[in-house]
Amino acid sequence: MIINDYFTLILMYIGINIILATSLNLINGYMGEFSVGHAGFMLTGAYVSSALTVLLFPSNYLIFLFPVAIILGGLASALIGLIVAIPSFKTRGDYLAIVTFAFNMIVISAVQNMDALGGARGFMGMDRLTNLASVIVWTIICILVIRNFVYSKFGRGAEAIREDEIVADLMSVNTREVKIWAFVISSFFAGIAGGLLAHLIQYINPSMFGILKSTDILIMVYLGGVGSIMGSILGATIFTVLLEILRPLQMWRMVVMPLILVFLMLFLPRGIMSLKEFKWFIPKREKK
Amino acid sequence: MSLLNIKDLTQYFGGLCALSNYNLALDSSELLGIIGPNGAGKTTLFNLITGVYKPTRGSIEIAGIEIGKKTSCEITSLGVARTFQNIRLFNELSVLDNVRIAHYSQKKYHPLQALFRSKRFNTEENEIINHSFELLNFFGIKEFHKESAKNLPYGLQRKLEIARALATNPKILLLDEPAAGMNPSEIQGLLKLIRGIKEEFKLTVILIEHQMRLVMNICERIQVLNFGSVIAEGTPREIQNNAKVIEAYLGKENS
Repeated sequence: MIINDYFTLILMYIGINIILATSLNLINGYMGEFSVGHAGFMLTGAYVSSALTVLLFPSNYLIFLFPVAIILGGLASALIGLIVAIPSFKTRGDYLAIVTFAFNMIVISAVQNMDALGGARGFMGMDRLTNLASVIVWTIICILVIRNFVYSKFGRGAEAIREDEIVADLMSVNTREVKIWAFVISSFFAGIAGGLLAHLIQYINPSMFGILKSTDILIMVYLGGVGSIMGSILGATIFTVLLEILRPLQMWRMVVMPLILVFLMLFLPRGIMSLKEFKWFIPKREKK
Repeated sequence: MSLLNIKDLTQYFGGLCALSNYNLALDSSELLGIIGPNGAGKTTLFNLITGVYKPTRGSIEIAGIEIGKKTSCEITSLGVARTFQNIRLFNELSVLDNVRIAHYSQKKYHPLQALFRSKRFNTEENEIINHSFELLNFFGIKEFHKESAKNLPYGLQRKLEIARALATNPKILLLDEPAAGMNPSEIQGLLKLIRGIKEEFKLTVILIEHQMRLVMNICERIQVLNFGSVIAEGTPREIQNNAKVIEAYLGKENS
Protein backbone atom coordinates (compact mmCIF):
# COMPACT_ATOMS: atom_id res chain seq x y z
CA MET A 1 0.00 0.00 0.00
CA ILE A 2 1.33 3.39 -0.87
CA ILE A 3 0.62 6.18 1.55
CA ASN A 4 0.61 9.48 -0.13
CA ASP A 5 3.54 11.73 0.88
CA TYR A 6 1.27 14.64 1.59
CA PHE A 7 -0.90 12.53 3.84
CA THR A 8 2.17 11.32 5.78
CA LEU A 9 3.35 14.90 6.21
CA ILE A 10 0.00 15.94 7.67
CA LEU A 11 0.09 12.96 10.04
CA MET A 12 3.53 14.05 11.25
CA TYR A 13 2.30 17.62 11.81
CA ILE A 14 -0.62 16.22 13.78
CA GLY A 15 1.74 14.13 15.92
CA ILE A 16 4.03 17.08 16.66
CA ASN A 17 1.05 19.27 17.48
CA ILE A 18 -0.34 16.62 19.82
CA ILE A 19 2.96 16.61 21.71
CA LEU A 20 2.84 20.42 21.94
CA ALA A 21 -0.79 20.59 23.02
CA THR A 22 -0.60 17.79 25.62
CA SER A 23 2.53 19.24 27.18
CA LEU A 24 1.07 22.75 27.37
CA ASN A 25 -2.14 21.32 28.78
CA LEU A 26 -0.15 20.14 31.80
CA ILE A 27 0.64 23.77 32.72
CA ASN A 28 -2.45 25.61 31.45
CA GLY A 29 -5.08 22.93 31.87
CA TYR A 30 -4.18 20.73 34.81
CA MET A 31 -2.22 23.27 36.83
CA GLY A 32 -4.31 26.26 35.72
CA GLU A 33 -1.34 28.57 35.20
CA PHE A 34 -1.35 30.68 32.07
CA SER A 35 1.84 30.07 30.11
CA VAL A 36 1.97 31.81 26.72
CA GLY A 37 5.58 31.06 25.85
CA HIS A 38 5.45 27.43 24.86
CA ALA A 39 7.06 28.13 21.48
CA GLY A 40 10.11 29.41 23.35
CA PHE A 41 10.75 25.90 24.67
CA MET A 42 10.16 24.54 21.18
CA LEU A 43 12.79 26.90 19.82
CA THR A 44 15.33 25.72 22.38
CA GLY A 45 14.78 22.07 21.46
CA ALA A 46 14.82 22.81 17.73
CA TYR A 47 18.08 24.77 17.81
CA VAL A 48 19.94 22.51 20.23
CA SER A 49 19.10 19.32 18.35
CA SER A 50 19.78 20.92 14.94
CA ALA A 51 23.12 22.30 16.09
CA LEU A 52 24.05 18.84 17.33
CA THR A 53 23.13 16.98 14.14
CA VAL A 54 24.58 19.60 11.78
CA LEU A 55 27.66 20.88 13.58
CA LEU A 56 28.72 18.24 16.06
CA PHE A 57 27.62 14.70 15.32
CA PRO A 58 29.46 12.77 12.55
CA SER A 59 27.16 12.53 9.55
CA ASN A 60 27.70 8.77 8.99
CA TYR A 61 26.00 7.82 12.25
CA LEU A 62 23.22 10.38 12.21
CA ILE A 63 20.44 7.80 11.99
CA PHE A 64 21.54 6.36 15.32
CA LEU A 65 22.46 9.67 16.92
CA PHE A 66 19.25 11.44 15.90
CA PRO A 67 17.27 10.24 18.96
CA VAL A 68 20.18 11.36 21.16
CA ALA A 69 20.08 14.82 19.58
CA ILE A 70 16.32 15.03 20.06
CA ILE A 71 16.58 13.99 23.72
CA LEU A 72 19.43 16.45 24.39
CA GLY A 73 17.30 19.18 22.79
CA GLY A 74 14.47 18.20 25.11
CA LEU A 75 16.77 18.25 28.13
CA ALA A 76 18.13 21.70 27.25
CA SER A 77 14.56 22.90 26.99
CA ALA A 78 13.70 21.24 30.32
CA LEU A 79 16.59 23.09 31.95
CA ILE A 80 15.11 26.39 30.76
CA GLY A 81 11.71 25.20 31.98
CA LEU A 82 13.28 24.77 35.40
CA ILE A 83 14.35 28.43 35.36
CA VAL A 84 10.91 29.62 34.19
CA ALA A 85 9.31 27.61 37.04
CA ILE A 86 10.98 29.83 39.63
CA PRO A 87 8.92 32.99 38.97
CA SER A 88 5.81 30.81 39.10
CA PHE A 89 6.40 30.31 42.84
CA LYS A 90 5.52 33.91 43.51
CA THR A 91 3.19 34.91 40.72
CA ARG A 92 0.35 33.35 38.80
CA GLY A 93 -2.46 34.13 36.37
CA ASP A 94 -2.05 37.20 34.19
CA TYR A 95 1.27 38.05 35.76
CA LEU A 96 2.82 34.68 35.03
CA ALA A 97 1.53 35.08 31.47
CA ILE A 98 3.65 38.23 31.19
CA VAL A 99 6.69 36.38 32.55
CA THR A 100 6.34 33.54 30.02
CA PHE A 101 5.65 36.02 27.21
CA ALA A 102 8.86 37.83 28.11
CA PHE A 103 10.71 34.52 28.19
CA ASN A 104 9.52 33.77 24.65
CA MET A 105 10.83 37.15 23.45
CA ILE A 106 14.15 36.66 25.25
CA VAL A 107 14.98 33.31 23.62
CA ILE A 108 14.03 34.68 20.20
CA SER A 109 16.25 37.74 20.45
CA ALA A 110 19.04 35.65 21.99
CA VAL A 111 19.07 33.36 18.94
CA GLN A 112 18.69 36.28 16.53
CA ASN A 113 21.98 37.57 17.88
CA MET A 114 23.85 34.28 17.66
CA ASP A 115 25.73 34.36 14.39
CA ALA A 116 27.00 30.80 14.75
CA LEU A 117 23.38 29.64 14.50
CA GLY A 118 22.55 31.86 11.56
CA GLY A 119 20.99 34.66 13.60
CA ALA A 120 17.76 36.05 12.17
CA ARG A 121 18.46 34.42 8.79
CA GLY A 122 17.77 31.05 10.27
CA PHE A 123 19.57 27.76 10.41
CA MET A 124 19.61 24.95 7.88
CA GLY A 125 21.53 21.90 6.79
CA MET A 126 19.59 19.34 8.78
CA ASP A 127 18.85 16.05 7.09
CA ARG A 128 15.23 14.98 6.94
CA LEU A 129 15.68 12.61 9.86
CA THR A 130 12.15 12.84 11.23
CA ASN A 131 9.88 10.14 9.86
CA LEU A 132 6.39 9.01 10.68
CA ALA A 133 7.63 6.24 12.98
CA SER A 134 9.72 8.56 15.15
CA VAL A 135 6.85 11.03 15.45
CA ILE A 136 4.45 8.27 16.48
CA VAL A 137 6.89 6.89 19.05
CA TRP A 138 7.45 10.31 20.62
CA THR A 139 3.74 11.09 20.61
CA ILE A 140 3.02 7.88 22.49
CA ILE A 141 5.84 8.49 24.96
CA CYS A 142 4.56 12.01 25.57
CA ILE A 143 0.97 10.89 26.14
CA LEU A 144 2.09 8.08 28.48
CA VAL A 145 4.39 10.29 30.54
CA ILE A 146 1.81 13.05 30.92
CA ARG A 147 -0.89 10.52 31.79
CA ASN A 148 1.31 8.87 34.43
CA PHE A 149 2.22 12.24 35.87
CA VAL A 150 -1.35 13.46 35.96
CA TYR A 151 -2.63 10.33 37.67
CA SER A 152 -0.18 10.51 40.56
CA LYS A 153 0.06 12.65 43.69
CA PHE A 154 1.88 15.27 41.59
CA GLY A 155 -0.90 15.54 39.03
CA ARG A 156 -3.51 15.76 41.76
CA GLY A 157 -1.31 18.40 43.41
CA ALA A 158 -1.29 20.35 40.14
CA GLU A 159 -5.09 20.19 39.96
CA ALA A 160 -5.28 21.34 43.58
CA ILE A 161 -3.11 24.33 42.63
CA ARG A 162 -5.58 25.13 39.85
CA GLU A 163 -8.54 24.97 42.22
CA ASP A 164 -7.02 26.88 45.16
CA GLU A 165 -3.29 27.28 45.58
CA ILE A 166 -3.30 28.42 49.22
CA VAL A 167 -5.50 25.53 50.28
CA ALA A 168 -3.34 23.10 48.28
CA ASP A 169 -0.36 24.27 50.30
CA LEU A 170 -2.31 23.93 53.55
CA MET A 171 -3.30 20.38 52.61
CA SER A 172 0.41 19.49 52.56
CA VAL A 173 0.91 19.73 48.78
CA ASN A 174 4.47 20.88 48.13
CA THR A 175 3.42 23.40 45.48
CA ARG A 176 7.00 24.31 44.52
CA GLU A 177 7.90 20.71 43.84
CA VAL A 178 4.75 20.21 41.74
CA LYS A 179 5.36 23.39 39.73
CA ILE A 180 9.00 22.52 39.04
CA TRP A 181 8.16 19.05 37.75
CA ALA A 182 5.19 20.23 35.71
CA PHE A 183 7.31 22.90 34.01
CA VAL A 184 10.25 20.54 33.46
CA ILE A 185 8.12 17.81 31.89
CA SER A 186 6.09 20.25 29.83
CA SER A 187 9.12 22.07 28.45
CA PHE A 188 10.97 18.80 27.83
CA PHE A 189 8.27 17.66 25.41
CA ALA A 190 8.00 21.10 23.80
CA GLY A 191 11.73 20.78 23.11
CA ILE A 192 11.21 17.30 21.66
CA ALA A 193 8.48 18.63 19.37
CA GLY A 194 10.78 21.46 18.27
CA GLY A 195 13.56 19.01 17.43
CA LEU A 196 11.22 16.80 15.43
CA LEU A 197 9.82 19.78 13.51
CA ALA A 198 13.30 21.11 12.72
CA HIS A 199 14.36 17.78 11.21
CA LEU A 200 11.13 17.57 9.27
CA ILE A 201 11.07 20.93 7.51
CA GLN A 202 14.89 21.20 7.53
CA TYR A 203 14.94 24.93 8.09
CA ILE A 204 14.30 26.96 11.22
CA ASN A 205 14.46 30.61 12.06
CA PRO A 206 13.75 32.36 15.36
CA SER A 207 10.57 34.13 14.29
CA MET A 208 8.90 30.77 13.51
CA PHE A 209 8.75 30.24 17.27
CA GLY A 210 7.23 33.55 18.25
CA ILE A 211 4.11 34.46 20.11
CA LEU A 212 1.99 33.47 17.08
CA LYS A 213 3.19 29.87 17.35
CA SER A 214 2.54 29.94 21.11
CA THR A 215 -0.96 31.20 20.38
CA ASP A 216 -1.55 28.34 17.95
CA ILE A 217 -0.70 25.85 20.70
CA LEU A 218 -2.94 27.69 23.16
CA ILE A 219 -5.80 27.45 20.66
CA MET A 220 -5.29 23.68 20.32
CA VAL A 221 -5.38 23.28 24.11
CA TYR A 222 -8.48 25.41 24.70
CA LEU A 223 -10.26 24.08 21.63
CA GLY A 224 -9.84 20.48 22.75
CA GLY A 225 -10.50 21.17 26.38
CA VAL A 226 -8.32 21.93 29.39
CA GLY A 227 -7.37 19.20 31.82
CA SER A 228 -7.90 16.38 29.33
CA ILE A 229 -5.36 14.41 27.31
CA MET A 230 -8.01 13.35 24.81
CA GLY A 231 -8.93 17.03 24.54
CA SER A 232 -5.41 17.95 23.50
CA ILE A 233 -5.30 15.12 20.96
CA LEU A 234 -8.60 16.26 19.46
CA GLY A 235 -7.65 19.93 19.61
CA ALA A 236 -4.31 19.37 17.85
CA THR A 237 -5.87 17.11 15.22
CA ILE A 238 -8.82 19.35 14.44
CA PHE A 239 -6.64 22.44 14.30
CA THR A 240 -4.11 20.85 11.93
CA VAL A 241 -6.71 19.25 9.68
CA LEU A 242 -8.86 22.39 9.51
CA LEU A 243 -5.87 24.46 8.41
CA GLU A 244 -5.29 21.98 5.57
CA ILE A 245 -8.92 21.59 4.54
CA LEU A 246 -9.32 25.34 4.36
CA ARG A 247 -6.19 25.76 2.23
CA PRO A 248 -8.20 26.19 -1.06
CA LEU A 249 -9.82 29.28 0.44
CA GLN A 250 -6.37 30.92 0.35
CA MET A 251 -6.58 34.37 1.91
CA TRP A 252 -10.04 33.70 3.31
CA ARG A 253 -8.63 30.87 5.38
CA MET A 254 -7.57 33.34 8.06
CA VAL A 255 -11.13 34.63 8.23
CA VAL A 256 -12.93 31.30 8.26
CA MET A 257 -10.60 29.59 10.73
CA PRO A 258 -10.99 32.18 13.52
CA LEU A 259 -14.75 32.24 12.88
CA ILE A 260 -14.94 28.50 13.41
CA LEU A 261 -13.03 28.96 16.66
CA VAL A 262 -15.35 31.73 17.82
CA PHE A 263 -18.40 29.54 17.28
CA LEU A 264 -16.77 26.54 18.94
CA MET A 265 -16.02 28.67 21.99
CA LEU A 266 -19.58 30.00 22.03
CA PHE A 267 -21.15 26.56 22.07
CA LEU A 268 -18.41 24.64 23.90
CA PRO A 269 -16.86 27.30 26.14
CA ARG A 270 -14.70 24.80 28.01
CA GLY A 271 -13.45 23.00 24.94
CA ILE A 272 -14.64 19.82 23.33
CA MET A 273 -13.79 17.53 26.26
CA SER A 274 -14.31 20.13 29.05
CA LEU A 275 -12.39 18.47 31.92
CA LYS A 276 -13.64 15.01 30.97
CA GLU A 277 -11.23 12.27 29.99
CA PHE A 278 -11.50 9.48 27.49
CA LYS A 279 -11.58 6.16 29.34
CA TRP A 280 -8.46 4.73 27.67
CA PHE A 281 -6.34 7.36 29.34
CA ILE A 282 -7.63 6.72 32.84
CA PRO A 283 -5.59 4.11 34.74
CA LYS A 284 -7.45 1.13 36.20
CA ARG A 285 -6.94 2.20 39.80
CA GLU A 286 -8.86 5.41 39.17
CA LYS A 287 -11.98 3.67 37.89
CA LYS A 288 -12.98 2.04 41.18
CA MET B 1 5.83 20.45 77.41
CA SER B 2 2.81 21.68 75.56
CA LEU B 3 1.95 20.62 72.02
CA LEU B 4 1.35 24.13 70.74
CA ASN B 5 3.24 26.99 72.30
CA ILE B 6 2.64 30.55 71.15
CA LYS B 7 4.56 33.47 72.62
CA ASP B 8 3.94 37.20 72.13
CA LEU B 9 2.41 36.70 68.71
CA THR B 10 1.72 40.03 67.02
CA GLN B 11 0.45 40.74 63.55
CA TYR B 12 0.08 44.12 61.89
CA PHE B 13 -1.65 44.74 58.57
CA GLY B 14 -0.25 48.15 57.67
CA GLY B 15 -1.15 50.26 60.67
CA LEU B 16 -3.89 47.91 61.83
CA CYS B 17 -3.06 45.61 64.69
CA ALA B 18 -4.91 42.36 64.02
CA LEU B 19 -3.37 40.43 66.89
CA SER B 20 -1.23 41.73 69.73
CA ASN B 21 0.94 39.83 72.20
CA TYR B 22 -1.09 36.67 71.97
CA ASN B 23 0.04 33.78 74.18
CA LEU B 24 -1.12 30.20 74.26
CA ALA B 25 0.08 26.92 75.72
CA LEU B 26 -2.07 24.10 74.46
CA ASP B 27 -1.68 20.61 75.89
CA SER B 28 -2.23 17.37 74.10
CA SER B 29 -5.91 16.32 73.69
CA GLU B 30 -7.27 19.66 74.88
CA LEU B 31 -10.28 21.28 73.23
CA LEU B 32 -9.93 25.03 73.23
CA GLY B 33 -12.68 27.36 72.08
CA ILE B 34 -11.91 30.83 70.76
CA ILE B 35 -14.76 33.30 70.57
CA GLY B 36 -14.97 36.98 69.92
CA PRO B 37 -16.78 39.53 67.77
CA ASN B 38 -16.11 39.74 64.04
CA GLY B 39 -12.68 41.18 63.28
CA ALA B 40 -11.26 40.19 66.65
CA GLY B 41 -8.33 38.37 65.09
CA LYS B 42 -9.48 34.76 65.38
CA THR B 43 -8.96 33.74 61.77
CA THR B 44 -5.73 35.76 61.66
CA LEU B 45 -4.50 33.53 64.47
CA PHE B 46 -5.26 30.41 62.41
CA ASN B 47 -3.56 31.92 59.39
CA LEU B 48 -0.46 32.59 61.49
CA ILE B 49 -0.36 29.08 62.97
CA THR B 50 -0.66 27.52 59.52
CA GLY B 51 1.93 29.81 57.94
CA VAL B 52 -0.40 31.65 55.55
CA TYR B 53 0.83 34.87 57.18
CA LYS B 54 4.26 35.41 58.67
CA PRO B 55 3.95 37.10 62.07
CA THR B 56 5.24 40.61 62.61
CA ARG B 57 6.59 39.48 65.98
CA GLY B 58 6.51 36.47 68.24
CA SER B 59 7.05 32.75 68.00
CA ILE B 60 4.99 29.62 67.38
CA GLU B 61 6.26 26.20 68.40
CA ILE B 62 4.58 22.95 67.42
CA ALA B 63 5.74 19.99 69.53
CA GLY B 64 8.91 21.93 70.33
CA ILE B 65 9.67 22.87 66.72
CA GLU B 66 9.73 26.59 65.91
CA ILE B 67 7.80 27.13 62.66
CA GLY B 68 9.70 30.34 61.82
CA LYS B 69 10.14 30.49 58.06
CA LYS B 70 8.54 27.13 57.28
CA THR B 71 6.07 27.04 54.40
CA SER B 72 2.45 26.05 54.90
CA CYS B 73 2.98 22.56 53.55
CA GLU B 74 5.88 21.94 55.94
CA ILE B 75 3.78 23.13 58.88
CA THR B 76 0.95 20.82 57.82
CA SER B 77 3.44 17.94 57.77
CA LEU B 78 4.31 18.79 61.39
CA GLY B 79 0.74 17.92 62.28
CA VAL B 80 -1.50 20.96 61.95
CA ALA B 81 -4.62 20.81 59.78
CA ARG B 82 -7.45 23.25 59.39
CA THR B 83 -10.82 23.94 57.86
CA PHE B 84 -12.06 27.27 56.58
CA GLN B 85 -14.70 29.76 57.62
CA ASN B 86 -16.14 29.85 54.11
CA ILE B 87 -15.74 26.31 52.79
CA ARG B 88 -12.75 26.04 50.45
CA LEU B 89 -12.88 22.65 48.78
CA PHE B 90 -11.29 21.79 45.44
CA ASN B 91 -14.64 22.32 43.75
CA GLU B 92 -14.12 20.77 40.34
CA LEU B 93 -12.39 17.67 41.72
CA SER B 94 -14.10 14.55 42.97
CA VAL B 95 -14.79 13.96 46.65
CA LEU B 96 -12.21 11.16 46.63
CA ASP B 97 -9.56 13.36 45.02
CA ASN B 98 -10.16 16.09 47.59
CA VAL B 99 -9.18 13.63 50.32
CA ARG B 100 -6.40 11.99 48.31
CA ILE B 101 -4.65 15.31 47.67
CA ALA B 102 -4.22 15.80 51.40
CA HIS B 103 -1.99 12.68 51.57
CA TYR B 104 0.67 14.42 49.47
CA SER B 105 3.47 14.79 52.01
CA GLN B 106 2.91 11.42 53.70
CA LYS B 107 3.87 9.54 50.56
CA LYS B 108 7.41 10.08 49.42
CA TYR B 109 7.65 8.47 45.99
CA HIS B 110 9.68 10.29 43.37
CA PRO B 111 8.12 11.70 40.17
CA LEU B 112 10.19 9.27 38.10
CA GLN B 113 8.72 6.39 40.11
CA ALA B 114 5.30 7.76 39.17
CA LEU B 115 6.25 8.02 35.49
CA PHE B 116 7.47 4.42 35.38
CA ARG B 117 4.68 3.14 37.66
CA SER B 118 7.16 1.48 40.00
CA LYS B 119 6.19 -0.98 42.72
CA ARG B 120 6.61 1.65 45.41
CA PHE B 121 4.30 3.99 43.52
CA ASN B 122 1.62 1.31 43.28
CA THR B 123 1.71 0.31 46.94
CA GLU B 124 1.70 3.91 48.15
CA GLU B 125 -1.14 4.90 45.81
CA ASN B 126 -3.16 1.94 47.05
CA GLU B 127 -2.51 3.00 50.64
CA ILE B 128 -3.76 6.49 49.79
CA ILE B 129 -6.94 5.14 48.23
CA ASN B 130 -7.67 2.77 51.11
CA HIS B 131 -7.08 5.41 53.76
CA SER B 132 -9.22 7.92 51.83
CA PHE B 133 -12.10 5.48 51.62
CA GLU B 134 -11.80 4.75 55.35
CA LEU B 135 -12.11 8.47 56.08
CA LEU B 136 -15.02 8.96 53.67
CA ASN B 137 -16.71 5.96 55.26
CA PHE B 138 -16.23 7.40 58.75
CA PHE B 139 -17.94 10.61 57.68
CA GLY B 140 -20.67 8.74 55.81
CA ILE B 141 -19.90 10.28 52.41
CA LYS B 142 -18.31 7.25 50.76
CA GLU B 143 -21.19 6.81 48.34
CA PHE B 144 -20.53 10.29 46.87
CA HIS B 145 -16.83 9.66 46.18
CA LYS B 146 -17.17 10.15 42.41
CA GLU B 147 -19.21 13.33 42.72
CA SER B 148 -17.59 16.75 42.22
CA ALA B 149 -17.12 18.42 45.58
CA LYS B 150 -19.16 21.44 44.46
CA ASN B 151 -22.24 19.24 43.95
CA LEU B 152 -22.43 18.11 47.58
CA PRO B 153 -25.02 19.73 49.84
CA TYR B 154 -23.67 22.28 52.30
CA GLY B 155 -23.61 20.03 55.35
CA LEU B 156 -21.70 17.32 53.54
CA GLN B 157 -19.24 19.86 52.19
CA ARG B 158 -18.46 20.78 55.80
CA LYS B 159 -17.90 17.11 56.57
CA LEU B 160 -15.73 16.63 53.51
CA GLU B 161 -13.62 19.58 54.57
CA ILE B 162 -13.01 18.01 57.97
CA ALA B 163 -12.29 14.64 56.34
CA ARG B 164 -9.77 16.30 54.04
CA ALA B 165 -8.09 18.00 56.99
CA LEU B 166 -7.87 14.68 58.84
CA ALA B 167 -6.29 13.04 55.79
CA THR B 168 -3.12 15.05 56.46
CA ASN B 169 -2.78 13.00 59.67
CA PRO B 170 -2.80 15.95 62.07
CA LYS B 171 -2.16 16.18 65.80
CA ILE B 172 -3.82 19.56 66.03
CA LEU B 173 -7.06 20.34 64.19
CA LEU B 174 -8.10 23.95 63.71
CA LEU B 175 -11.81 24.35 63.03
CA ASP B 176 -12.84 27.77 61.76
CA GLU B 177 -16.56 28.29 62.40
CA PRO B 178 -17.69 24.78 61.46
CA ALA B 179 -21.26 25.52 62.51
CA ALA B 180 -21.68 28.59 60.31
CA GLY B 181 -24.97 28.34 58.44
CA MET B 182 -26.23 25.29 60.32
CA ASN B 183 -29.59 24.88 62.02
CA PRO B 184 -29.87 23.74 65.67
CA SER B 185 -30.31 20.06 64.85
CA GLU B 186 -27.33 20.10 62.49
CA ILE B 187 -25.32 21.76 65.25
CA GLN B 188 -26.21 18.85 67.54
CA GLY B 189 -24.85 16.49 64.92
CA LEU B 190 -21.69 18.54 64.55
CA LEU B 191 -21.21 18.49 68.31
CA LYS B 192 -21.24 14.70 68.30
CA LEU B 193 -18.98 14.60 65.27
CA ILE B 194 -16.33 16.85 66.83
CA ARG B 195 -16.34 14.80 70.05
CA GLY B 196 -16.17 11.64 67.95
CA ILE B 197 -13.21 12.62 65.79
CA LYS B 198 -11.37 13.99 68.81
CA GLU B 199 -11.50 10.55 70.44
CA GLU B 200 -11.06 8.49 67.27
CA PHE B 201 -8.09 10.39 65.88
CA LYS B 202 -6.58 11.46 69.24
CA LEU B 203 -6.72 15.12 68.32
CA THR B 204 -6.10 18.40 70.01
CA VAL B 205 -8.72 20.81 68.75
CA ILE B 206 -8.95 24.58 68.54
CA LEU B 207 -12.45 25.72 67.65
CA ILE B 208 -13.43 29.17 66.45
CA GLU B 209 -17.16 29.59 66.71
CA HIS B 210 -19.98 32.07 67.03
CA GLN B 211 -22.60 29.53 68.01
CA MET B 212 -22.51 29.80 71.80
CA ARG B 213 -24.53 26.60 72.17
CA LEU B 214 -21.74 24.65 70.53
CA VAL B 215 -18.84 26.35 72.26
CA MET B 216 -20.32 26.25 75.74
CA ASN B 217 -21.24 22.59 75.36
CA ILE B 218 -18.06 21.19 74.02
CA CYS B 219 -15.07 23.25 75.14
CA GLU B 220 -13.14 22.74 78.34
CA ARG B 221 -11.40 26.07 78.03
CA ILE B 222 -12.44 29.23 76.21
CA GLN B 223 -10.47 32.28 75.17
CA VAL B 224 -12.24 35.48 74.26
CA LEU B 225 -10.55 37.75 71.74
CA ASN B 226 -11.47 41.36 71.09
CA PHE B 227 -9.51 43.81 68.92
CA GLY B 228 -6.61 41.39 68.70
CA SER B 229 -6.05 40.69 72.37
CA VAL B 230 -7.33 38.14 74.85
CA ILE B 231 -9.83 39.78 77.16
CA ALA B 232 -10.84 36.68 79.10
CA GLU B 233 -9.90 33.05 79.49
CA GLY B 234 -11.45 30.24 81.49
CA THR B 235 -14.11 27.56 81.70
CA PRO B 236 -17.44 28.11 79.93
CA ARG B 237 -19.11 29.06 83.22
CA GLU B 238 -16.48 31.68 84.05
CA ILE B 239 -16.73 33.17 80.57
CA GLN B 240 -20.51 33.44 80.67
CA ASN B 241 -20.33 35.62 83.77
CA ASN B 242 -17.33 37.69 82.80
CA ALA B 243 -18.17 41.40 82.68
CA LYS B 244 -15.62 42.22 79.94
CA VAL B 245 -17.03 39.53 77.67
CA ILE B 246 -20.58 40.72 78.09
CA GLU B 247 -19.38 44.23 77.32
CA ALA B 248 -17.60 43.12 74.14
CA TYR B 249 -20.64 41.29 72.84
CA LEU B 250 -23.54 43.39 74.11
CA GLY B 251 -21.97 46.77 74.82
CA LYS B 252 -21.65 48.71 78.06
CA GLU B 253 -24.64 49.30 80.27
CA ASN B 254 -25.48 52.99 80.39
CA SER B 255 -24.91 54.42 83.82
